[in-house]
Amino acid sequence: MGTLTLIGIIIVSLLAGMESVMDEFEFHQPILACSLIGIVAGDPVPCIILGGTLQMIALGWANIGAAVAPDAALASVASAIILIQGGQGVAGIPTAIGIAIPLAVAGLFTTMIVRTLSVPIVHMMDGAAEKGSFAAIEFWQIVAVLMQGARIAIPAVALCFIPAEVVQAGLQSIPEWLTTGMAIGGGMVVAVGYAMVINMIANKETWAFLILGFCVAALTEITLISLGAIAMAMVMIYLHLSENGGGNGGSGNGGSKDPIGDILDDY
Amino acid sequence: MIDMADNKITLSKSDRFMVCLRSTFWQASWNYERMQNGGYAFAMIPAIKKLYKEKADQIAALKRHMEFFNTHPYVASPIVGVTLALEQEKANGAAVDDAAIQGVKVGMMGPLAGIGDPVFWFTLRPILGAMCASIAMDGNMLGPIMFFLLWNILRFGFMWYTQEFGYKVGSQITENLSGSLLTNITRGASILGMFVLGALVQRWVSIKFAPVVSSIQLSKGAYIEWDQLPAGGEGIKTAIQQFSSGMALEPVKVTTLQNNLDALIPGLVPLLLTLLCMWLLKKGISPIVIILALFAVGIGAHLIGLM
Repeated sequence: MGTLTLIGIIIVSLLAGMESVMDEFEFHQPILACSLIGIVAGDPVPCIILGGTLQMIALGWANIGAAVAPDAALASVASAIILIQGGQGVAGIPTAIGIAIPLAVAGLFTTMIVRTLSVPIVHMMDGAAEKGSFAAIEFWQIVAVLMQGARIAIPAVALCFIPAEVVQAGLQSIPEWLTTGMAIGGGMVVAVGYAMVINMIANKETWAFLILGFCVAALTEITLISLGAIAMAMVMIYLHLSENGGGNGGSGNGGSKDPIGDILDDY
Repeated sequence: MIDMADNKITLSKSDRFMVCLRSTFWQASWNYERMQNGGYAFAMIPAIKKLYKEKADQIAALKRHMEFFNTHPYVASPIVGVTLALEQEKANGAAVDDAAIQGVKVGMMGPLAGIGDPVFWFTLRPILGAMCASIAMDGNMLGPIMFFLLWNILRFGFMWYTQEFGYKVGSQITENLSGSLLTNITRGASILGMFVLGALVQRWVSIKFAPVVSSIQLSKGAYIEWDQLPAGGEGIKTAIQQFSSGMALEPVKVTTLQNNLDALIPGLVPLLLTLLCMWLLKKGISPIVIILALFAVGIGAHLIGLM
């Protein structure tokens, strides 16, 4: 692996690690992290496919309140590097996904450690605030985020120094039944991400739309983008109707949030 | 009175824009003690420098924003907007005490997180992520590029617009936010989300059952007899003609368990699996445990020939 590639990997892994806590540009999302690793390593296509596949699995992984999600950053960066080093191209993707999942758990623990290490950092910032030192607050804020970046960059660089032959030998020693089985498992695990998201947004009002989406998607001619457009149109129609429909409810208090409840009340 | 108005310190648009840019580092020092406090103080620095000339006032302002704070990182922007308006009033001599600023911040962070988490983390990102991932899974670079551009345009547009909104309406923002607009955004987002999720379950959860339910020997004339075809291009033509007239490719019609399930409702098993996962998650089982279990099921089912 050349020096330029190594520098590229350090930059990408720093960005992924920083974004894993900041959640702004989303460089830690598999679709970006894996693709960028692929681009700097000069073999983008398998990594973009890996990124897309991992993205499907990681859809529901989100930091909510103080709860920290499985770590997409370490999973994406490390599995993409292993995919590159393994040299199997697209064929190596199911194995890379199988490796990514335990890495997401490992990453979860390391980010929890760094988030704890940030406590003394904000104490330093307290001290800086006490003195009115703006520069010191800015300095510690950047130190904190660089710690998160290093959390991904250090294992990424370490992986680059494992000789490619060792990675290849390791990957080739995995039997066929295991990789095929993992590919089958990989087809199923996306359901977990969807289930997490559905659990968060489902309510009595929205369930019907899940069923509609499920049935319409069986028509394979409709692309995902058109499905999104159909959904947008339904949202507009639904909100419009539910706002205007409240008027003929008789009570005249300007619309009800529960049209089905109104019908039931009328009985 | 006139003198005061003339000397009024106001935050310019570029001051506000700097604060918004610094909000990128909102969660940089996220910690288990006071969570986003470092980010809050960090983002407020340009405004504090502009508004307060006395060192003591600057110190007081910095300490004010080093208190506990936690919400969704993007919906922090309207709160920052309100805080900017309050700090500006305070700097101009209005009786805004620390408790009032703290009260607005803490009072808004909960309800706004209740909007930010479902809209951004559970609707926009999964949907945009899934659409772009489906493009990326063909090895197309457009997938990641679209994801990056669309997400960041939406994100920064939202942050800047809502911060300005918060700054302009000031502390009355809570009344505005409880209005129907935000309720409708949240409702609309969850409807959109549910529809697309239904589609995603159908399209992207893949389960194929391998076992053969039946294999029937077709009668002569119902399948293409490959060894009877004329040679060369003529043979290909005949084969295509026979195929399009409904003849089978193989003399034995194999029906797998999967074919039967697809005839019922395509994607039924993925739907059931998703419902099972939802139930397990509600039971408090960690998603990682479920993911590892599904990999184990995949390997096991392959070994016994089920999948």
